[in-house]
Amino acid sequence: MSSPLVEVPLFVVGRVPVAGSVLTSFGITAVLGLASFLLTRRLSLEPRRGQTALELIVSTIDDQIREVVQRDPSPYTPLVGTLFLYLVVANSIEVVPLLHSPTARLETTMALALVVFFSVYFYGIRANGLRGYMKHFVEPSPLLAPIHVLSELTRTFALMMRLLGNIMSHGLVLAIVVSLAGLLVPIPIMAFGLFVALVQAYIFAMLATVYVGGAVETEHGRQEEISR
Amino acid sequence: MTVQSWSILGAVAAVCFGAIGPAFAEGRAIAASMEAIARQPEAGGTISRTLFVGLAMIEAIAIYCLVIALVLLFANPFVH
Repeated sequence: MSSPLVEVPLFVVGRVPVAGSVLTSFGITAVLGLASFLLTRRLSLEPRRGQTALELIVSTIDDQIREVVQRDPSPYTPLVGTLFLYLVVANSIEVVPLLHSPTARLETTMALALVVFFSVYFYGIRANGLRGYMKHFVEPSPLLAPIHVLSELTRTFALMMRLLGNIMSHGLVLAIVVSLAGLLVPIPIMAFGLFVALVQAYIFAMLATVYVGGAVETEHGRQEEISR
Repeated sequence: MTVQSWSILGAVAAVCFGAIGPAFAEGRAIAASMEAIARQPEAGGTISRTLFVGLAMIEAIAIYCLVIALVLLFANPFVH
């Protein structure tokens, strides 16, 4: 059995080895970006079919974010919406023949978790200022600073491993079932895989929202909100 | 027994015993949220969202065990 933690490069461009998951990931990004561009090119006040569907998706994501962060969701929709849509496609692309989920590889999930990690700092510092945001490390007591740092690191690691573990282990289970019983038996498991893909995309996007919302809403920021 | 056999046994043990705790925990969490939704159906959205986030946190523990098993099987530092 080949290791799920090591990726075999398909070909080498110059000195950069290119793996299959990178190509799939680029493809998903291109398709999603092109679709978004084409669908939003001619927006009108009286929406047609495509625009109505798009507005439904965006407003649902907006509502979910609003319920978590309890404020205007517009600054967070680009990040969370992009993560969610990308993950839905990337997790469930396994059903397309010959394609494999890029999120079943360590590199992709690590990149996504790092995006969330840095976004937390970005939004936190933008909302509270550098000093205001860094202050939350020493609250309620400077003794807890190492715990704060540790929790930020482990939650990023958990974000990465949760997505990887779920998607990759589903692929492994499917491979074992296919090797035991070929025809028709794996189909319910593949259907369950679509459900897992959606739930994991939802959980990843929701946790990103919770982390970003928690960074924005420090004690300092809340007092400023009250005084305003 | 060789290092390889011990590693396989270790991976099996990690997943077996590591899945017990999170399984009980997830069961308790889901049971509690079911009860809460039955009592207060109008708060269902908030409860189920919190449930999902909580389940993700609990599941992380089981996934750490899976990581240990995978490291033992595929990235064992004592086997070359």
